[in-house]
Amino acid sequence: MSMVEEFRPRLIRGLWALTLRELKKWLSDPVMVIMFVLQPLIWMGFLGKSMNINALFSPRNIGKMPASIPIPGNYLVPPLQGIIYVNGTLLQQLLSSIGSEVMQGTFGVADYFSYMAVGMISMIVVMTSTFSGVSIVWDRRLGFLNKVLSTPVSRAAIIFAKILNAFLRAIFQATVILALAYILGLQLSPSFTPINMLGIYTAVFLVSVGFSSIFLAFSIRSTRMERPMQFINLIMMPLMFASNTFFPVDLMPEWLQVIVRVNPLTYLTDALRQLTIMQLNLMRLMLDIAYLAIFAIVLAIIGILLSWRYLTK
Amino acid sequence: MNEVIRAEGLTKVFNKSLVAVDHVSFSVRDGEIFGFLGPNGAGKTTTIKMLTTVLKPTEGRAFVLGYDIVRQAGSVRRVIGVVPQEYTADEDLTGYENIMLCADLYDVPRDIARKRAFELLELVELTRFKDKRVETYSGGMRRRLELACGLINRPKILFLDEPTLGLDVQTRTAIWDYIRMLKEEYEMTIFMTTHYLEEADALCDRIAIIDCGRIVAIDSPSNLKNSLGGDIVTLEIMEKDDVSEVIRSVENVKDVRCEGGVYRIKVESGEVTAPLIIEVLRRKGYTVTKLFLSKPTLDEVYLEYTGRKIRESEESMESFIRHRITMRRAKAR
Repeated sequence: MSMVEEFRPRLIRGLWALTLRELKKWLSDPVMVIMFVLQPLIWMGFLGKSMNINALFSPRNIGKMPASIPIPGNYLVPPLQGIIYVNGTLLQQLLSSIGSEVMQGTFGVADYFSYMAVGMISMIVVMTSTFSGVSIVWDRRLGFLNKVLSTPVSRAAIIFAKILNAFLRAIFQATVILALAYILGLQLSPSFTPINMLGIYTAVFLVSVGFSSIFLAFSIRSTRMERPMQFINLIMMPLMFASNTFFPVDLMPEWLQVIVRVNPLTYLTDALRQLTIMQLNLMRLMLDIAYLAIFAIVLAIIGILLSWRYLTK
Repeated sequence: MNEVIRAEGLTKVFNKSLVAVDHVSFSVRDGEIFGFLGPNGAGKTTTIKMLTTVLKPTEGRAFVLGYDIVRQAGSVRRVIGVVPQEYTADEDLTGYENIMLCADLYDVPRDIARKRAFELLELVELTRFKDKRVETYSGGMRRRLELACGLINRPKILFLDEPTLGLDVQTRTAIWDYIRMLKEEYEMTIFMTTHYLEEADALCDRIAIIDCGRIVAIDSPSNLKNSLGGDIVTLEIMEKDDVSEVIRSVENVKDVRCEGGVYRIKVESGEVTAPLIIEVLRRKGYTVTKLFLSKPTLDEVYLEYTGRKIRESEESMESFIRHRITMRRAKAR
C-alpha cells in the first residue's frame, strides 16, 4: 500500500454546488420568498405609513386654525396692553416649516416612511442571514450533512456555502425591498447614484457574513430547530428596537444609547440611510463600514472556527 | 489486494460513558458483501460512520483500501460510496440535480459525471423521473436514487446503512436485486448493515453479528447456520414401530426425537442425509410417507449468539425510542 497525497477536490466547485443547492431550494418555494419580502413590506407599509410623524406638523393637520388668532398682550415680552392678532395662515406656514425642520433635525429626512423603509432593509438582511446559518440544523436532521461529510468535499465549502448563500439572498432581498419602497414613495436623496448600490452591498455583505457564521456555529451542534428559532425570536426584537431602525438614537435614554451604539444594526442602517435617503457624509459612512467590518471579522472568525472544529472533530 | 477493510479494536464512546462500539475487529475481503447484523442501537451505524470518516473513533484503527480512516480521511472518502440510512437526497431538487450535486461534491469531471448520471439513472430505472422533484418519489424510488448517488464516483467500496429500512416486502426484494445487479456491474465490495435477518441471508457473503457494540460471531450465513448443529429432517412412516434406533445408525445423524409418530432428526447437510435415511428405512421394510427438510434460519443463529430473538430485542418500542434519544443527545455534544 503506497502512501499517496491526500485527495483534495477543488474547493470552489464544492462551494458553488452547495450554494447552488441552497439557492435552488429557496427559489423552488416561491411562497417562502414572497413571505420573506412581504414581512418587511407589511411593516413599512402599515407601520411606516401609519406612523406619519411629519403629518403632525403638516399644514393639513394644523389647518383648523382661524384666519386670525387673538393673543393677549400680556403673553408677550415685553407685555403689551390689549390683544394682538396674528395671521392664522402665516402662523400655519411657520409651524409647518418648523415641523419640517424638526423632522429633518431628528430623522435626517423629511418623511418617516423613507426613514423606516431603510430600517426594514437592515431587518431583512439580519433575518435572512441568521436563518441561513440556522438552516444547518435541517441538513443535520435529514442526514444530508452526514452524507456530505462522507464525501471528499472540503469542510470549508460546507461552511462558506451557508455564508455565501446568506449574502446572495440578503442582497437580492435588500434590492427588492428598496425597489418596492421606492415605488411606495421612498424619497432618494440628491446624493444617490447607482454606484451607491455597491456601498449598500458592501455593508450588507459584512453584516450577513457576521450573522450567518455566528448562527451557523451556534446551531451546528443542535439537532432540533426549536432552540435556535427561539433564540432568534428572543434577540430579533431587541436588536431592532435597540437600534436606529425605527427611531433616532439621540432621543433615546442614555442607558439605551449604550446598547444602540454597539448594535451592528445601527451601523448598517446608518450606512444604508446615508447611501439612499440622506445626504452622504463620507467620513461617517467610512466609520460605519469600519465598525461593520470589525463586527464581521470577529464574528466570522469565531463562527467559522467553531463550525470547523465541529465538522472536523 | 485481498483485504479491503480492516478494523482493529475500533471503539466509539459517546459522551465519555456511552459505549456504542466496543473494540470491534474484522476484515472485509475484496468483492464480497459483508453485513453487520444486529438490532437497533447495536452500534452498526456508528461503525459505518467511523469507516466512512464521518465520526472519529475513540480508540482503535481502521483501514479502507489501505488508507487510515483518520489520517487519510480524504483518500478514503474518494474511493468509497455511501448510502446512509436516511433519505438524504434533497426533496426540492430533481433526481438528476441530486446526482449531479453528488458529482460536484466528489469533483467528478462534468462531462464524465453527466454520462455516469444517465447510465446510473437507467440502471436504477429512474430515467423517466429524472426531472421530477424528489418529493414526488416513492420510498423505493428514493432508495434507488440514493444508490445511484452513492455510485457517481465509481466507488471501490459501497457502504449501505440499512438499505431497505422502512420499505415494504416487495420493494425490499426489488432493492436487493438492484444491489446485486449494481455490484456485478461495477465490481464493488459492499459493506452493509441491517437488522433484517432475511436481508442478511439473501445478500451477504459473510455476516458479523453485532450486539451491544461487540461482534459475537463472524462467518458466512450458511456456516453460521451449520454451527448450530445442522439441518432438521422431519418425517413420518406408515408403520407404527419406533424406528429411532434405525435412523440413529445412519451416518451424519446427530439426534433423533419422536413425538406422536413424527420424527425430528437433527442432521448434518440434510440434502445428502435425508435420501440416506429413506434408503435405510426402505431396506428395513418401512415406508416413508412424509418428509420435510428445514434449514436453520438466521433467527436461530441470532438467538444462539445473543441469547434473544432479534424481534424481541426490538419489541419494547419505548426503550428503543429512549435509546435513540440518548444516542442523539450524546452525539449532539
